[in-house]
Amino acid sequence: MFNYLKNSRQKQFIFLFTIFLILYFFIPKNENNYLWRLPPLLKDLPLMFNVLLDNLMFNWFTIPVWDPDWQMYEDKTLFRIITRSISNLVLFFIIFIREVFLGGFQTVNSILGDSITDANTWISIPALPWTAVVIGAIIIGYKLEGIRLALLAGIGFFYVSVFGQWEPSMQTLSLVLFTAPVCFIIGLSLGVWGYLSKRVEAALQPILNVAQTMPHFSYLVPIVVLFGVGDHAGSIATIIFATPPMVRLTILGLKKISPEVIESGLMSGCNRFQLLFKVLIPTARRDILIGVNQVIMQCLAMTTIAAFIGAKGLGFNLKVALNSLKIGKAAEIGICVVIIAVVLDKLSLAWANKQKDYFANLNFYQRNRLSIFFILLTVCCSVVAFIASYFFPEGFNYLYLIPFNKGLTVSPILDAFVDWIWNTFFYYLNSFNIFLLTNVLGPMKQAYLNMPVISTFVLFMGAGYIIGGLRSCLIVGSLILFIALSEYWDRTLITLYMATFAVGVSAISGIIVGSLCSQNDFASKSILSICDFFQTFPSFIYLIPVILLFGITDTSVMIAAIVYASVPATRYTVEGLRSVPSSLHDAGSMSGVSKLQRWRLIDLPLALPHIMLGINQTVIFALMMIVLGALIGTEDLGQLIMGSLSRPNGAGIGFTLGIFISFICLAVDNLIRTWADERKKLLGIE
Amino acid sequence: MNDSLSINQKPVIKCESVYKIFGTNANKLLENASGPISAEEFQKAGCIIGVNDASFEIHKGEMLVVMGLSGSGKSTLLRCISRLTDPTSGKIFIDGEDLLEMNSKQLIELRRNKMGMVFQSFALLPHKTVLENIAFPLIIKGLATEESIKKAMEMVELVGLKGRENYFPRELSGGQQQRVGIARSLAVEPDIWFLDEPFSALDPLIRKEMQDEFLRLQSSLHKTIMFVTHDFDEALRLADRIAIMKDGIIEQLDTPDNIVLNPATEYVKKFTEDVPREKVLKIESIMDKYDQSLAGNNTVSKDAIIETVAESILESKENLTVIDVNNENKPIGILQPKKVITVLFGK
Ligand SMILES: Nc1ncnc2c1ncn2[C@@H]1O[C@H](COP(=O)(O)OP(=O)(O)O)[C@@H](O)[C@H]1O
Ligand SMILES: [Mg+2]
Repeated sequence: MFNYLKNSRQKQFIFLFTIFLILYFFIPKNENNYLWRLPPLLKDLPLMFNVLLDNLMFNWFTIPVWDPDWQMYEDKTLFRIITRSISNLVLFFIIFIREVFLGGFQTVNSILGDSITDANTWISIPALPWTAVVIGAIIIGYKLEGIRLALLAGIGFFYVSVFGQWEPSMQTLSLVLFTAPVCFIIGLSLGVWGYLSKRVEAALQPILNVAQTMPHFSYLVPIVVLFGVGDHAGSIATIIFATPPMVRLTILGLKKISPEVIESGLMSGCNRFQLLFKVLIPTARRDILIGVNQVIMQCLAMTTIAAFIGAKGLGFNLKVALNSLKIGKAAEIGICVVIIAVVLDKLSLAWANKQKDYFANLNFYQRNRLSIFFILLTVCCSVVAFIASYFFPEGFNYLYLIPFNKGLTVSPILDAFVDWIWNTFFYYLNSFNIFLLTNVLGPMKQAYLNMPVISTFVLFMGAGYIIGGLRSCLIVGSLILFIALSEYWDRTLITLYMATFAVGVSAISGIIVGSLCSQNDFASKSILSICDFFQTFPSFIYLIPVILLFGITDTSVMIAAIVYASVPATRYTVEGLRSVPSSLHDAGSMSGVSKLQRWRLIDLPLALPHIMLGINQTVIFALMMIVLGALIGTEDLGQLIMGSLSRPNGAGIGFTLGIFISFICLAVDNLIRTWADERKKLLGIE
Repeated sequence: MNDSLSINQKPVIKCESVYKIFGTNANKLLENASGPISAEEFQKAGCIIGVNDASFEIHKGEMLVVMGLSGSGKSTLLRCISRLTDPTSGKIFIDGEDLLEMNSKQLIELRRNKMGMVFQSFALLPHKTVLENIAFPLIIKGLATEESIKKAMEMVELVGLKGRENYFPRELSGGQQQRVGIARSLAVEPDIWFLDEPFSALDPLIRKEMQDEFLRLQSSLHKTIMFVTHDFDEALRLADRIAIMKDGIIEQLDTPDNIVLNPATEYVKKFTEDVPREKVLKIESIMDKYDQSLAGNNTVSKDAIIETVAESILESKENLTVIDVNNENKPIGILQPKKVITVLFGK
């Protein structure tokens, strides 16, 4: 028996699955049976987390602080003072950037005190007219790449303005413009530090892993406790969320530098400082700039979600529109988010790929032509806008800012379209919906809920053992054990069922589409740019069209998750298949295989390790979307995380559940990565 | 170079039983060692040997070529002498100063002024143009940008890259990139020049061209050079002296013709077996003692490589007089043409 299993993984897995099934059917359902459900020993964990936060904020490390209003010393906790100061600092910058775009006098106030501005109402930062911002976008686009990018950026901002979304868009943009540089600086510094010190890297690695797999929401609650509600809290959540990829890419880029380049720097007589800033960072430039691009995109995604903790901007309007089921309005705002995402993405990529021309012999005017041009045009626009303000009767100056209710709108048309779809296809959509819910999703959910805890462990740990030996087995086991000992195991199972379904469908469709498209160059390129395009939108946006079609059900969430999670599966499939060396194709053709045989026998096995890494991403994406789906009402972990947002003691719950999701991702990640690495080594591909 | 001249001077580089051992037990291994440590001892201690008891001197203007198969410790030796890694034990002197005693400030000064290094993989900075790469050590040193660029431009011309100074490394061929590497290492006008397999990544034809170029440069620059290669022919072509390394040990360090004529170990002998002698040996090594009565009218320099003068020697029927061009053409020996035939065609 043992020998029979020893050499075939396939047989091992069949054996494992048989045991799983036996346990599944023979363990009785009984709450007191530990094989059925483990006791919730870690039930108090969220509570402890809350107590910890509470003590940090209100009890520990108090120092006396002079209160000028009461003319006395007051005891305040150090931690609270720190978070308050950070909040104030963050808020100052955000408001300042915002006032550049939208005007105001809060910043002036905070420096001069409000008595002066009360007396002189004219003291305020004048807003940049939207026309000037559009021109600025065009000029930056032109300077970075050329006329095409200029047009894209210009039209994008023009659209945003004309459709009356200027104010929230600039609010969102100001959040991004503040958070992205902060993420960049923190991420770069941590990355460099991690590169220089093995110990720091070892400490950073698990934190990065958890941070990148935690759903957005679970960050929000603890941050509300620590920093309160508002733009600053949103920014801090954004910074925490968007920094990890920067750290990771910085370390990656620095590690790729060949030792000879470093030695050449040393032999040129660099000291440590010069080596870092003149050799290491510039040589790793490409990866670092990709990091910048990711930071910007993550910031945008997170600032929309930060609406839930009071950050102003498009996300907030989107949330309001979705809550009141104004689908047309939501779609319109969603398009604005997409436009800003695409424009920022393209601009930052163009910046990353731009080569400096050090030797062009230019005079001052030639070098700064575009900046001068911009300043002149801004002055012109402001003057025109100022003069025009006398001609607009109702007190709105359309050349400064088009208010949200005065812009163009297509939402009535969109709403009518949605109504039409509902009226025409309601029967089909609904019957599909009901079919899916009653015949597929419902039974599947029941099946998952009927799974004894022991069989789950056998399945995961067994897979870990087969793939990665004792080490993987124990890692995976302890990750799940942590969840199983909480009181949220059933919810986790619901999450798992949704994830399994979404991942299954995404993986299959991604692999099929990817395989078809990789057959020729043009299709490969097209599908990769489509993937790029889809990956630029914040995940939030995916929910809009599905709600439009399916209303608020599990099906909607499922479909959003499937679409969102198919992107990495497709991308990695195309990349994996395209990287199969053509000599192998030729060898295959010479042995007379058909196209389908070639795919099955040559391409797929060779590309599989890479494809599996894509599936790994698919799992993370699907889980993120499912948790986000709680926004529109599902009953998995996500909903609890959402719910914890509004509960006074929700921080612990939200955070713990976030960690659970992260642990699921990490368990899957461990299995897939171990397998893929070993497989790659076996196939001799790196 | 001329041995009799340099022998009295202080050596530019001097190594005294330098060891470099990788592994945690390195120091224990060295505690009671004298002379090279054997392979078994390393295995027992779980260490990897880089350099095993290297002692030698390099004099001003001399080119020492370090030759050995890959993994024999050539790069490690070079890295010790440039102190890119610290030797496990031993002493190294640069111009009489103890290299291993220097603090990082002195080391940086030394590298900024006295040392230049060329790398096998070129190691150019990808984000800088040819000109900027060459000017890099100058700017690091603190020279004004204008001055650095001017100096770098001279270097561009020296290595024959004029017209390509604004290219980026990735736009150049391998040979051109290595020219940039050479120009960069020469920009600060170092006295000591390290080259670690500079031509190994190049195609054979380009390699030959670069070797010629390198000899041309050296004939006008007279640097003190440590040149690493795994190609024995390259070593013979370039070297004043050759050090042959195996497993971290310098098996033999001698002039090319001595290595070919008197290989010290079996290992060295294997290398020399297939070497065409006429390409290595100088007239000096096959001449007979000077005897006025036998000497002919035609003369030949004692330092000439046999191959280069073989044709004219074979044309002359009588014996030739071997002269020392460095010493007022003093006759020092006679050469029988049939000796040349023996070298060329075997016994
Ligand atoms: N940093 C290092 N750590 C451990 N072993 C090393 C290290 N650098 C070189 N070695 C080992 O030292 C030996 C000599 O390497 P090297 O000097 O690079 O050889 P060469 O340049 O002659 O090809 C090799 O066996 C190599 O594996
Ligand atoms: Mg080497």
